[in-house]
Amino acid sequence: MLVSLDNAGVFRSDRWLVRGVSMSIEAGEIVTLIGPNGSGKSTTAKMALSILHPDEGAARQKPDLRASYVPQKLEVNWTLPLTVNRFLRLTNRASSRQMEEALALTGTDHLAKAQMSKLSGGEFQRVLLARAILRTPEFLVLDEPVQGVDFNGEIALYKLIEDIRTRLNCGVLLISHDLHVVMSKTDRVICLNGHICCSGTPATVASSDEFKSLFGDQAAPGLALYEHRHDHEHLPDGGVVQIGDEEAAADSSSGNKPGTTTGTRVDA
Amino acid sequence: MLDDFFTRAVIGGIGVALVAGPVGCFIIWRRLAYFGDTLSHSALLGVAMALLLELNITIVVFVVSVVVSLLLLVLQKRATLSSDALLGLLAHATLAVGLVVLAFMTWVRVDLMGFLFGDILAVTPMDIGVIWGGGIIVLAVLAYIWRSLFAATVNYDLATAEGERPDVANIIFMVLVAAVIAVSMKLVGVLLITALLIIPAATARRFSASPEQMAVIAALVGGLSVWLGLRGSLEWDTPAGPSIVVAALVCFVLSVMPMPKLWAGREPRRQQPSDRSSGVKEP
Ligand SMILES: Nc1ncnc2c1ncn2[C@@H]1O[C@H](COP(=O)(O)OP(=O)(O)O)[C@@H](O)[C@H]1O
Ligand SMILES: [Mg+2]
Repeated sequence: MLVSLDNAGVFRSDRWLVRGVSMSIEAGEIVTLIGPNGSGKSTTAKMALSILHPDEGAARQKPDLRASYVPQKLEVNWTLPLTVNRFLRLTNRASSRQMEEALALTGTDHLAKAQMSKLSGGEFQRVLLARAILRTPEFLVLDEPVQGVDFNGEIALYKLIEDIRTRLNCGVLLISHDLHVVMSKTDRVICLNGHICCSGTPATVASSDEFKSLFGDQAAPGLALYEHRHDHEHLPDGGVVQIGDEEAAADSSSGNKPGTTTGTRVDA
Repeated sequence: MLDDFFTRAVIGGIGVALVAGPVGCFIIWRRLAYFGDTLSHSALLGVAMALLLELNITIVVFVVSVVVSLLLLVLQKRATLSSDALLGLLAHATLAVGLVVLAFMTWVRVDLMGFLFGDILAVTPMDIGVIWGGGIIVLAVLAYIWRSLFAATVNYDLATAEGERPDVANIIFMVLVAAVIAVSMKLVGVLLITALLIIPAATARRFSASPEQMAVIAALVGGLSVWLGLRGSLEWDTPAGPSIVVAALVCFVLSVMPMPKLWAGREPRRQQPSDRSSGVKEP
């Protein structure tokens, strides 16, 4: 066990942000948290990382756990001169070869000397992920790691996260508002809405009533859509085309994410 | 060599600047300028207490600044008052109380202007020892906590999650700021310490690609400002503290002026994937 929450809750400003959260994460396991805006996903992740301490229940970490964190929000203001390479060494040592490798994994090796404050949203997220990987963590927490990344890049990054999990055998806690991802390589899905409303394998969660009522009737076709694409992940765009959905095909070719129209995305 | 008051002031001043530069960088990065102001204003309260109790001024100022900064940390965590209102309140309250207490002490002769604006004549060989000894300790401690403090400056949550213990680094940093205030008070006076902390650091920003570079450049710019300011102060018989700050300001203004290619070329250019300005776009 890397991390476990036992009936944990956080109370702030006269209300419970989350309450009664129990979960545990093992090495080599990918757990995905989904839920609407403000449902307490980030708060739960912070408890798992001991950034927040539960006001009720308990949070436990393996002693000396080596964690890597990609926060949902991170700003580098312009007063701070910070190159990408320096940022990679924020909390750990790294040789220039290791830094180069980590950047190459996320397709940002050309940015090594760029200033963090000048990166685009997608580039910034890739660098955040490269830094997290570089630490060779036992526990990797990713809070909406692909915000601002284009669709093809998104699929590549999720593939990378899965590779990293296999290579490092680390536990991964992934927060995502993209349902089609949840159906991907995740071992377990936890659906939050101030409390855990359902959890289990992607298939069980997707067919549960709580999930349907939280994400609407559109949620179920999303699973089918995804599973189809999963068979053809070497053709990330093509997956949608192959199901013969004219509308979705047109949608993906215009650069939008497929599923926007079929309701597989849940904007958190 | 230390017989000459001007030489003493220069050596002491440069010692202060070398420490104020790196510490000032963190004050800028963390947007703590107002906080530094509050602390340095409270230094006058420390002066009053030291005179009242007949204790070493530097040490009492240091202790008072540490107490005020820790008080601020606690208040900020629980107070309902917004933190800039709180800082403003404490800054001026401690300054006013310090002034009133000093006025009451008719039995000690107090050079108030010296405390407010710095006193070039007052730097003794003993002070130089305190400045350089204290300065080396401050820099050594800063180097030791550098990684944690910097990580916490970039993102507190991330630093916590990855085991950098930012709370500890933050508290130590407060103590370092208090130490810089205590040792620089004699030279620039309580009203202008914040300027010595932030102006050289702001000047350094333009020429720096990394935080470490900015810290070193800030220290050098600060040293230069001290030397120029003290020369000017001697030349035109102006108060030491304000003269140093004016010199620092001149350096800053020069640094933000448009520069020839020399510096512009150093900034790593990033390629723009779409070049809208040129007409050579492929069809
Ligand atoms: N420190 C805090 N004090 C008060 N409310 C907070 C605090 N942090 C977050 N919240 C609130 O808690 C709720 C859950 O936040 P969060 O965990 O970030 O949700 P999610 O990540 O699922 O969007 C939100 O309504 C947010 O406004
Ligand atoms: Mg969130």
